[in-house]
Parts: sequence; structure tokens; C-alpha cells
Amino acid sequence: MSSPQDLRYTRTHEWVRIDGDVATLGITDHAQEELGDITFLELPEAGESLTQAQPFGVVESVKAASDVYAPVDGEVVERNADVVDQPELVNSSPYEKAWLVKVRLADPSQVDDLMDAAAYEAFAGEASH
Amino acid sequence: MTEVLGHQVAGEPGAEDRRTPLHDRHVALGARLIPFAGWVMPVQYGGILAEHRAVRLAAGLFDLGHMGQVDVRGADALPFLQAVTTNDVAALEPWQAQYSLLPNERGGVIDDIIVYRRDEGDGYMVVVNASNAAKDVAWLHAQREARPGLDVSVRDASDETGMVAIQGPRAEEIVARLTDLDLAAIGPFAWARGTVAGIPMCLARTGYTGEDGFEFYPPIERVGELWDALLEAGAPDGLVPVGLGARDTLRLEARMPLYGQELGDDISPFEAGLGWAVKLDKGDFVGREPMAELRARGVPRKTVGFRLVERGGAPRSHYPVRAEGREVGHVTSGAVSPTLGENIGLALVEADAAGVGRPLEVMVRGRPVRAEQIKTPFYRRRRNAAPPAS
Repeated sequence: MSSPQDLRYTRTHEWVRIDGDVATLGITDHAQEELGDITFLELPEAGESLTQAQPFGVVESVKAASDVYAPVDGEVVERNADVVDQPELVNSSPYEKAWLVKVRLADPSQVDDLMDAAAYEAFAGEASH
Repeated sequence: MTEVLGHQVAGEPGAEDRRTPLHDRHVALGARLIPFAGWVMPVQYGGILAEHRAVRLAAGLFDLGHMGQVDVRGADALPFLQAVTTNDVAALEPWQAQYSLLPNERGGVIDDIIVYRRDEGDGYMVVVNASNAAKDVAWLHAQREARPGLDVSVRDASDETGMVAIQGPRAEEIVARLTDLDLAAIGPFAWARGTVAGIPMCLARTGYTGEDGFEFYPPIERVGELWDALLEAGAPDGLVPVGLGARDTLRLEARMPLYGQELGDDISPFEAGLGWAVKLDKGDFVGREPMAELRARGVPRKTVGFRLVERGGAPRSHYPVRAEGREVGHVTSGAVSPTLGENIGLALVEADAAGVGRPLEVMVRGRPVRAEQIKTPFYRRRRNAAPPAS
């Protein structure tokens, strides 16, 4: 597993890329591996609010529907229309093409609650045994 | 939480889960293993969609070591099986097989099974679902004890019988490389005894995918040898190992029922659309009277096929189904069909709401998604249309 060093991670397998006061969210390579072929995504529209640790969307694979949890509080400024049209991008490019939404951070200090790449890899490695 | 073939599965298999003789091969192939009906089984190897397509276009190999085999022998094996199954066992010629049901006394279903007849006087093999195997064997023993006048023995042969399936348009030509048997002489729902890959066994032209193919019953200690020989012989044709995930989407497209979803203790075969496997005029059998009454009165519920006509997620079992704003039933099985690229499913609904072309709404995570009832099976293979080997 190689998790990008510049991202922060949740225990529910989402990633966050911080750029000023905007956070880009997605699900990790480990998560897409576990879920298998992704077939459908349900994501909030611009203007909707996210609450940390609450579900904000759904990722469906062939066999299951799984909630995606908000790593931070914030308001959606953009949702990735490409990944809604081509859910399989989550499998092929979880950290680049398959970002899910961008949100304006309500409280940037929440980012400190999240794991760095090394901590996430240790956590995900443990969870898969 | 993932649902596979009717079982909620989560996390890792435990030490108490049984392993099939192919376990180490699954690990070596990189399979994702899950607990399933008390067994450790592969849910996928390379991905459910790819495995599904391989079976539709080429061939797939399945470990079915979790399924049960019951030997029924004795001079009265036929009258015994007639009394405890719904289909007409007397219609079976030697080396033929039939789909059937084990009914309960209320006219519901304990399991769906395949009954294989051997030579005259050599009894029958009954193949049962993994999740029901222990219950079925206990039930058959109890039924035998309730009929002390019959000369019949019931024996669980699962521990000595291996089970592997090859399914797909290339299945026959792959198997032909490993046997001298005249496979063309084994028709659908027929079986034979012979040698495959140097191993003496029975093999049947049966399956659970809607494709042509075979199920093999080798001695359990030689299952690994058979698996390796088939994978090697079929590799040039695109044969791949297939897990339970694709097995579920394949059987759903072919509208084959899954016990616990389309079938259960409180669902009549006539409600499940399996009236063709119930022969009410064959003589008495367990549950015959309530089944006949229900049929005469008209079934209150029907199992219907549907497709979603708008986006909103996949239908999944237990999702409520509405018609004209009122709840009329629930989804029994649903999936994104890999072959059709559409969301399809089966639903058990009030009979008044059933009808091809009529609308339904499937409640996907609490939101109604429009659906249209369509004919089943969702997928039917083209007969004799397998492309020639290249």
C-alpha cells in the first residue's frame, strides 16, 4: 500500500487534500480494494453542508452500498461530475481522478484530528488482518 | 457489511469456519476470502465484473466444496424421495437429474435441491445448499424414521465428495481435452460416470449461471488435482476462477432462485415462480395439501422481475417495493447486471401489483426509484452459438 504523503486520512478510509481553506475528499486505495468494482456514487451538490464523522454520500460496489463519512465540517463547493458518470474511476484512480467533492473548511483545526499517511497505513494494515 | 448469496458477511473468516480442499489454492490465487455458511469461501479473485464476463464469454471455474451431497439408497428410495420432494422423481431415467424442492409441512420450502439418479437399483444423489446442509440431512433422517416401513438409507456423503463446476460457452471444449467421455451424449440435466484428468468421478451438465457447463463430483482427496488440471487446460480459452460474488450476479441474471431470498420456509413455490417444479398430481408428499389449496385459491404474492428506469443506486434484497404509493412487497435479490448494464432485481409483491410492463417503485435508502416489471430470465444464453476455438 502506498498512500500519498501529502494527504490526511480518516479511520473510515477517506482521504483529504488541503489547499488553503478548501479540502478535496475521496476514498482511499485500501477502501476501493475492499469494496471491489464500484458501480454507483451518490454525492451532495454544491451548497450542501457536511458534518465531521457524519455520512455525506454513498459508494456502491457490485455487492454492497457503503456510506462515505465527512472528515471535516464544511460546505460543498464542487462535486466531481466525472466520477458520478464513471464510478469505476474510484477503482482506477482513487487519489487523482476520483476525488468526490471539494468543501470549504468550516474549522481548519479539524484537519489535526486526521491521520498522516504513515499512521493510516499502520491502521489500515491492522484492520485488514 | 456485505451481502453475498443471501448471507451477511463482515470481516474475516474465523477459526471455526471450515476450509474446502482448495483453500490454499485460493490464497495463492489472491482471492478475497469471506465467511459463508460456516465455510471460508472466495468471494472474488480478480474482480466480480471481470469474473462474471469471463463466464458469459469464455468459462469460469468454481469451488463448490461447501455444498452438500446426500446419498439416498434402498429398494424404496423412489417412494421415499417422492414423499419428501416436490418434483416427480419417477420421471427420472437413470443418469438424469432434476431440479426440485424439499417442502415443509406448511407448503413452504426447506431447500432447493438437485436430485441425480444413478443406475437402476443404485439410488440417488441429492445435492443441497451449504447453508441448509445440516438442516436438510436432519430433516431427511427424521422423514425416514417417520416411515419405518420403507427400505431406504439416507447418508450425508459431503465429507467424501468433492464439488467443482466449470461454466461458460467454452466449458465443454475445455473438459473434452481431459476426458474420453462423449460429452455431447450428456444433455442438460444429465450426468455420467467417467474419468476426467485421470480421476474417476461423476460429472453432470448442471449449474447455477445460465451458461452451459458441468459440475464435477470427484473423490474429495482429488479435488485439488482436478482444479489444477481444469485451470491449466482452460487457460488458453480464458478460463478463470470465479468467486461467490459473480456466482450471485450470474444466477440472478438467469433468474435462478437463491434460498433465503426467493425461497424460504414461508414462501410457497407457487409464489416464488417455481410451480413448474411442483407436481401436485404425482401422489402425496410433504406439504402437498397446503400447496394445492393455495394454488386453487390463487397465490397472494408473486415473484416478479424488474429493472430500474432511473438512477438512484442498485436494488438490494429487503428493500421495500411500492406500487401506486403503497408498499406491496420487497426486493428478494437485486444487482447491477454486468451483462445488461442495468439495475435489475426480483421482488416478492402482492399478486395484484404484478404484471410485465407495470410500474413499481423500489425504496433505495428511503428514496423511491422508478422501476418497470420485465420478463425473466433477464439473460438467456444463445444455444449452440459458442464461438469456435481460435
